[in-house]
Amino acid sequence: MLEIKNLHAKVDGREILNGLDLTLPAGEVHAIMGPNGSGKSTLSYVLAGNEDYEVTEGSITWNGEDLLDMEPDERAAAGVFLAFQYPMEIPGVATMTFLRSAVNAVRKARGEEEFSTPDFLRTVKEKAKQLQIDIEMLRRPLNVGFSGGEKKRNEILQMSLLEPGLCILDETDSGLDIDALRIVSDGVNALRSPERSMLVITHYQRLLNYIVPDRVHVLSQGRVARSGGPELALELEKSGYAEYGQDEASAA
Amino acid sequence: MPAVEETVERVKEIDVDKYKYGFSTDIESVKAPKGLNEDIVRFISAKKEEPEWMLEWRLEAYKRWRTMTEPTWAKVHYPKIDFEDLYYYAAPKSTEGPKSLDEVDPELLRTYEKLGIPLKEQEVLAGVQGAPKVAVDAVFDSVSVVTTFRDELAKAGVIFCSISEAVKDHPDLVKKYLGSVVPVTDNFYATLNSAVFSDGSFVYVPEGVRCPMELSTYFRINAENTGQFERTLIIADKGSYVSYLEGCTAPMRDENQLHAAVVELVALEDAEIKYSTVQNWYPGDAEGKGGVYNFVTKRGDCRGDRSKISWTQVETGSAITWKYPSCILRGHGSRGEFYSIAISNGYQQVDSGTKMIHLGRDTSSRIISKGIAAGFSDNTYRGLVSAHRRATNARNFTCCDSLLIGNRCGAHTVPYIEAKNASATFEHEATTSKISDDQLFYCLSRGLSEEEAVALIVNGFVRDVLQQLPMEFMAETQKLIGISLEGSVG
Repeated sequence: MLEIKNLHAKVDGREILNGLDLTLPAGEVHAIMGPNGSGKSTLSYVLAGNEDYEVTEGSITWNGEDLLDMEPDERAAAGVFLAFQYPMEIPGVATMTFLRSAVNAVRKARGEEEFSTPDFLRTVKEKAKQLQIDIEMLRRPLNVGFSGGEKKRNEILQMSLLEPGLCILDETDSGLDIDALRIVSDGVNALRSPERSMLVITHYQRLLNYIVPDRVHVLSQGRVARSGGPELALELEKSGYAEYGQDEASAA
Repeated sequence: MPAVEETVERVKEIDVDKYKYGFSTDIESVKAPKGLNEDIVRFISAKKEEPEWMLEWRLEAYKRWRTMTEPTWAKVHYPKIDFEDLYYYAAPKSTEGPKSLDEVDPELLRTYEKLGIPLKEQEVLAGVQGAPKVAVDAVFDSVSVVTTFRDELAKAGVIFCSISEAVKDHPDLVKKYLGSVVPVTDNFYATLNSAVFSDGSFVYVPEGVRCPMELSTYFRINAENTGQFERTLIIADKGSYVSYLEGCTAPMRDENQLHAAVVELVALEDAEIKYSTVQNWYPGDAEGKGGVYNFVTKRGDCRGDRSKISWTQVETGSAITWKYPSCILRGHGSRGEFYSIAISNGYQQVDSGTKMIHLGRDTSSRIISKGIAAGFSDNTYRGLVSAHRRATNARNFTCCDSLLIGNRCGAHTVPYIEAKNASATFEHEATTSKISDDQLFYCLSRGLSEEEAVALIVNGFVRDVLQQLPMEFMAETQKLIGISLEGSVG
């Protein structure tokens, strides 16, 4: 269970999160919606531990542990996973090598055995197939020259390999065409389980047709302005974010 | 230089008895007195039971060296070396080394552990007293392997021995080729080396022979330390091929702070030499004190038409590196290659690069240099590409990439390009980049530690060069890169 209480966070001296409260029980999928600049991505970076974001007040606990006290790699070991909106490119490092390093680092930190080469290859191939990822893509340097769809599928592949307890998807739908959106959503849905919590950050209701959330929260000016069931997303689709300030035009 | 002469005189006086005594004693227990003079050169030559011509050659070099001054053009800074305060012949450090591993720098031991080196071998590497006096690598490999290896080479007609043995057993070859690539008068350090060289490898691959295995100093049976003035000579006769590996990924501790090696390669018609180095000498402690000064002259001569010489180097150690493995492209259609990874951390200073001298027609060369600077280090690529008037259609491609980690280090690129022939085509590409915080955060959020993340990113950066290394070196080198960059972030 993830519990966020009265969270305040700054970036470049500007307060973005302003008293955010959120409870995400195990096994549930919550959507975070809201206009641009409402703090959606900031929330995801703060959860993953990016140093550029300074928490000035409030608390985040994950399964009873103080998340703010942990380094990003420790959070990963504790089961926190962020699927990036803009995954980073690392030239010269084969995607397969990166995946293996990450998986083994996390397994080691969790006190599990590292994968042997054959076991790892088998696991990757299996999971890649579900996401319709060509093995050839995994031989290419990480995210270098990947299409938008390839990058996002690669994020979900990492998510499925690292077996996190808390999945944060930061605008995973951005830049995806309808087919890629379906593949990625299927991948995410396959990972839903009673032990796993998910925070799906999105601007558009469209994604939530595929990944149906248990709850929807609307962020405005750094805090949760409204919460409701999946129907809230549909309502936003019609009315837009006008009443939540700032970005009037983008609820199309 | 009266001061120098005075020192020489004094040294002579003080140590004259000990010195005479030295001649008749076992190698293990002697050490020539400090400083350098003709007698020391004679002493070294006598110790090695060298023929007269070799002694003459050394003395010639010594005389020349006396007239030379230390070069200062490289971008490295260090206290002036007092060449009269050095030992030029010392038996393996039986009395100088630490008494046990307890006395060895714990940082060094930690590194050995990470590389997975067994305790006994750690002692050898750290120079602990009483540890076996053999080349490190002979310890790793059983005697039977070495014997099999030697038999197989003999069958192929390949000569692979120490340079001291070659002076005695193959004088004609040594006379013909020694100093033919790096002349005795070449530069201050090379000339010094010519006067006092300790030992090194000799390889001769006969005409048309493809050397059946990678030659490695790992396999050389050499009961003596090669010492600080290593000398290597490799000759590939017409149509032959040889791949030679030098060095060791484990950091080598050495009492000798100054290392001045000379490596000469000769490739005759259609021959190919591939020379790979992993250099990991002690870089000094956290403040940069006590590290090795590595002033090396490495040069290959593509003497025959269509010959090829390829240098691959991984430089991670030493406090100061001054090293420019070069190719003289004399034969028509010959080709030179230089692939380099130079990593500097802490207070290390690296000034390294290559020279591609195009003399023949249709010669080509390729330079791929990857410099990584971290900590407070300085990392300079210095290279020369030149085409002689007659070098019609000379071609070169150069790519120099630098990667900075942190904001207290420096990366510098100093390329010299000279084309005296209008048909020459030279290309030069250079980039400088930093590991971005975003890249690091991405890796950390996937569970990698900061050190693992840096190692991964750097290994990606140097991939083009890593692929040039023989398989057996590649995995080790990847590990070594990670270890070399420890503590470089945060």
